[in-house]
Amino acid sequence: MASAPKGLRLFRNLNAKIAALPMIFTTLVVFVGGTLWTVFYSFTDSKLLPRERFVGFDQYERLWSNSLWVTSIQNILFFGAMSLVFTIVMGFVLAALMDQKIRFEDTFRTIMLYPFALSFVVTGLVWQWILNPDLGIQHIVREMGWTSFNFDPMNNPDTVLYGLLIAGLWQGTGFTMVLMLSGLRGIDEDIWKAVKVDGIPTWKAYVFVIIPMMRPVFITVLVLAAAGIIRLYDLVVAQTSGGPGISSQVPAMYVYRYMFAAQNLGQGFAASTMMLLSVLIVLIPWAYLEFGGKKRG
Amino acid sequence: MTNSIEVKDLTLNFGAVSVLKNMNLDVAEGEFVVLLGPSGCGKSTLLNCLAGLLDITDGQIFIKGKNVTWAEPSARGIGMVFQSYALYPQMTVRGNMSFGLKNARVPKDEIERRVARAAEILQLEPLLDRKPAALSGGQRQRVAIGRALVRDVDVFLFDEPLSNLDAKLRSELRVEIKRLHSRLKNTMVYVTHDQIEALTLADRIAVMRGGIIQQLAAPQEIYNRPSNLFVAGFIGSPSMNFLHGATVDNGKAFQFGETKVDLAGYEGGAILERSKAILGLRPEHLTIQDQPEPGKTIPATVEIDEPMGADSLVWLLAGSTQMSVRVPVERRLAAGKKVHLKVDITKASIFDTVTEQRV
Amino acid sequence: MASITTNIAAHDAQGAARGPKPRRALSPRNIMLYGTLIVMCLYYLLPLWVMVMTSLKGMPEIRLGNIFSPPLEITFEPWVKAWSTACTGLNCDGLSRGFWNSVQITVPSVIISIIVASVNGYALVNWKFKGSEVFFTILIFGSFIPYQIMLYPMVILLREAGLYGSLGGLVLVHTIFGMPILTLLFRNYFSSLPEELFKAARVDGAGFWGIYFRIMLPMSLPMFVVALILQVTGIWNDFLFGVVFTKPEIYPMTVQLNNIVNSVQGVKEYNVNMAATMLTGLVPLIIYFASGKLFVRGIAAGAVKG
Repeated sequence: MASAPKGLRLFRNLNAKIAALPMIFTTLVVFVGGTLWTVFYSFTDSKLLPRERFVGFDQYERLWSNSLWVTSIQNILFFGAMSLVFTIVMGFVLAALMDQKIRFEDTFRTIMLYPFALSFVVTGLVWQWILNPDLGIQHIVREMGWTSFNFDPMNNPDTVLYGLLIAGLWQGTGFTMVLMLSGLRGIDEDIWKAVKVDGIPTWKAYVFVIIPMMRPVFITVLVLAAAGIIRLYDLVVAQTSGGPGISSQVPAMYVYRYMFAAQNLGQGFAASTMMLLSVLIVLIPWAYLEFGGKKRG
Repeated sequence: MTNSIEVKDLTLNFGAVSVLKNMNLDVAEGEFVVLLGPSGCGKSTLLNCLAGLLDITDGQIFIKGKNVTWAEPSARGIGMVFQSYALYPQMTVRGNMSFGLKNARVPKDEIERRVARAAEILQLEPLLDRKPAALSGGQRQRVAIGRALVRDVDVFLFDEPLSNLDAKLRSELRVEIKRLHSRLKNTMVYVTHDQIEALTLADRIAVMRGGIIQQLAAPQEIYNRPSNLFVAGFIGSPSMNFLHGATVDNGKAFQFGETKVDLAGYEGGAILERSKAILGLRPEHLTIQDQPEPGKTIPATVEIDEPMGADSLVWLLAGSTQMSVRVPVERRLAAGKKVHLKVDITKASIFDTVTEQRV
Repeated sequence: MASITTNIAAHDAQGAARGPKPRRALSPRNIMLYGTLIVMCLYYLLPLWVMVMTSLKGMPEIRLGNIFSPPLEITFEPWVKAWSTACTGLNCDGLSRGFWNSVQITVPSVIISIIVASVNGYALVNWKFKGSEVFFTILIFGSFIPYQIMLYPMVILLREAGLYGSLGGLVLVHTIFGMPILTLLFRNYFSSLPEELFKAARVDGAGFWGIYFRIMLPMSLPMFVVALILQVTGIWNDFLFGVVFTKPEIYPMTVQLNNIVNSVQGVKEYNVNMAATMLTGLVPLIIYFASGKLFVRGIAAGAVKG
């Protein structure tokens, strides 16, 4: 009996395998199974209940000819681009300021980070109140004598996304700052010494030396922010409910509406499959860079 | 004498990588065997297989005549000491030593008796109620040894137990382990990459490379008659001098450049005439003299003279081959001086260039 | 993502800032530096200030005055109303109902998800079996997949199990969707513990659960605190799962809050709305201010949640 007894091998570490059952169930049934199930039923004409009557890409054609969906996509693209740029710029600038051996660093960090502990619902409702045209910022500035002052992003379809942006940045930039700061602190102190010896101005050091060295942190921030943007839901529901009109609708709201309110499951499935697709577009290049590169070198 | 450990045809693969290849090893009862080799040679892996911490791919392992190939580590009758001590940080010294016994449901008074005995042997009595964090490195390693000791087993496995200690403590604990072995007479398998530890502690040394035991023999045998080029180069510091040449005159002489070295008195097998061979000479088996002796000396030029306290190491060039020679420290040699190296052929080794085996 | 946690830990350990050194206290550089930071802090603090001030004013004062000014006359009436009589639909028993629902959801979800995930992490590090890494990879990828695509299959699973619309069902959902990040957290932590400790325990005859409870658990208490912070804030703040998987009687606090504030009927009572908002944000805020740097570690690890 030279080779290992096969039966014995299966039952070795049995406890470990039993303990891993919840994980196996979650990955196989919910994550893989659930995703495939939804993609599969997005090709049917399921209405109130899922049914296997296949209609090919009909749901997708209907999806893309629906102005609600097209607006949602335009909104998320605009909001996403603005949000990414501002998150990264603000996060980095704040982190660089925090890294100047300042006093009260802990206090500053505590203040910048506390919104991240709050839910998007709370965030949305507070900013809805502050941006209230009749009693909020606009009202106060007009009271001060500047009667022509106009700042009412929430009730104008052209600017409502900026209102969401102000709230979203308020909630999330503190966290980006913390990530960036940990990246800055991870840079070898000797680099700063070398830069100083070479007489390179601080701003140049940041742009040409430090930022390139922080590439992994930037990628992490980018991926996290992008994943969060695609899921954007609670904030919009609380702050604008998608209005005025449909001017601040987002894909996640579309999915919810068709799956649970309009009882048109096929549309909901098609829309959520499109969301999955967009995540994969972000995720696959990142996974390739992060893990594929490592294997080769 | 019965064998305490028998390893038969042991093979271990990690995926496509073969880590241990068809290995056989017998360890006699009460023997101290050291597994020695460069990192990645599979010595620690072999020890983990013996302990049951790694599932082997093929083969069998017997401990005290019992087939333990698929037995749990705790059921194999072994105690193990690790490089990082691996003491449970939240338990006291006493708790660390009694944890295994509690798991085995040993009666309380018996646990106390065994802990007390181990503590006495290792002089740990004053430390029994301390946590590991309050101990020095040497004390921690003694506790780790104590944890193996209380198990009252016949086989001790040591996985580089001294590597985390500084040089002074290392030599102290080395002596302590040797004393422990001569007192307890347990079988011990000891993994290290430090040849001093191996040479001082072992009854037999197994020199490993690439998952294969290159040579298994007593320390003096390994030092004086390395079975192949790898063992010869790995053991000894500075390493053995290798002269690439050929055996000529029906194997009666070694030709190195213009020089011929007489092989009469060589301890080894019959030497055939080979077009290519390597002559291995340890630095302490050469002496420097001013005059040549035909068939007994090799001409060389002094490069550097390194005084090392007790003696001094001279680096020379013989042709284009760099050589080192150990000489008494009083003798200083100027760089560039031409000298002759006298060969003690009874302590030399000759290797076949192709097979790299000693002849 | 794995690297973030380590980065944060390293940052904690090193502490001090390393940028160029400040010179005199009132140099132009320092005025710029602290000026910018203080202006930014005003942006971050403004909503908290407005929330608290509004919630302490009466409605007449709000209609006349300035949302930034402190109340002329402090009243706790809005807080009382928000807690006990504010209306959602036909129910007029205030946010207290949502609060207790959230407590009932959060407590078991946090406990169960942490137990399951810590055992997962431990099994993944120390008891690898064929395919265990594959499951872990799927788990991590799963944390990036939009929840929307798994919502309906989850509804079906819960309905089949008879848990749809119940607290138990929502607890299960939180356990499942909290698993990736928590498992990652524990896996990274356990793999930072010396492997030889685990080997020593095996030689000492401890089994799967013995090692978990006697060796791993006592060594990882800080990680359990981090996980606790992460999960309490995460689950308390959840909105989507609360809407999808529960019915109105057991809506969590966030959902009820949104329904109270955004209800279209009746006159808007901004002070009550802000008191309600404040009440909902209080639990995570208290945890945030009480936990300090542990929160930073927690959210850094939880960032994958997006």
